Amino acid sequence: MTGHSLLGAALPMVAAINWHSLFFLLFASLACGFALAVVFTTNVVRMALHLVLSLAATAGLFFLANAEFIGAMQLMIYVGGTLVLLVFGVMLTAQQPFVSIRTSARDQVLAGVAGAATLAVLLVAVLSVGRWGLPASGEVDAPTATPLGMALLGVRVDAAGGGHSGFLLPFEIVSVHLLVVLVGAAYLARAKRRRTPRPVDVLASADPPLAPRPAVAVPGGVTRGASRSALVGSGDAAGGGA
Amino acid sequence: MSGGSWGAGGVAALIAFGPFSEPVTVSHYMVVGAVMFVAGIVCMAVKRNALGVLMGIELVLNGANVNFVALSSPYLQANGPGLGLDGQAMALFVILLAAAEAAVALAITLNFYNNHATVDVDRAEDLKG
Repeated sequence: MTGHSLLGAALPMVAAINWHSLFFLLFASLACGFALAVVFTTNVVRMALHLVLSLAATAGLFFLANAEFIGAMQLMIYVGGTLVLLVFGVMLTAQQPFVSIRTSARDQVLAGVAGAATLAVLLVAVLSVGRWGLPASGEVDAPTATPLGMALLGVRVDAAGGGHSGFLLPFEIVSVHLLVVLVGAAYLARAKRRRTPRPVDVLASADPPLAPRPAVAVPGGVTRGASRSALVGSGDAAGGGA
Repeated sequence: MSGGSWGAGGVAALIAFGPFSEPVTVSHYMVVGAVMFVAGIVCMAVKRNALGVLMGIELVLNGANVNFVALSSPYLQANGPGLGLDGQAMALFVILLAAAEAAVALAITLNFYNNHATVDVDRAEDLKG
């Protein structure tokens, strides 16, 4: 009997739940919580994990705001691409002394005060706009992937964009920009030939204390410092002392 | 048993008439965006690891994206979508530029690590006068 009364009391309550708000609160708390966790974690590997979770929760927020294409792009480009890149960077540089670099307490307090002040200003500014606090009235059902794809190719088919041109020029600029960036990144990150041993190699080879650097005699008289770095193949670290 | 049923009823009432029944508006999204933005700012200022600074930049860009998407959504505002499709296109471009920026910044970081054997940005003082 108690079960029946419990069910009878709970059902209208459940029916009164606004599921949009419920899922918004879920994703918003996840996104904000993990964003703050990125700040308060000192271990860089855990920071990367928290950033992944925060950005994925943000994709959920995008889905809830009728931006399903942006949400999918957030998951594919941000979570799937950019963060994999970041995690690679973390893994390549996560030598023991750099996994958690401490900041001085004075800097932390200063940044905390400045951050709290910025947050206060932003919140006051956001909540003071009355128009943003009014909920939507009518039912809207408008998928946005097709109009967005058309707009990127220069044709506006949505009602709000009447009279405006599409985004064909920015789309082309971004495409060329991405190409240039990829070429530039590959150029910057490539392993260069160098005449002096890198500090990484010096540190790595000084690992056993006071041991002489192991040197390999190469036919032709070139001595080659042994490189223990995983970043550069041994063939690129040529010329310890010619 | 009746105490348990009262407790469950109270929880259900809290769920139904608390913040969960309030419709979501642009302001809610803006608050989330502001929190992510400030978290990114503090992250950029505090972290000494170059990759931590990069993560702060990603958080800042993402907070801006939340605002763009919120302003372009027809579900959240009383008088129709504010930015419409423009906001979503802007969010898309921000995502693409963030990916490009992350690629270049990571290449620079790896180069810095190659040359200085550290990723501590406080050690990057070769140009200091």
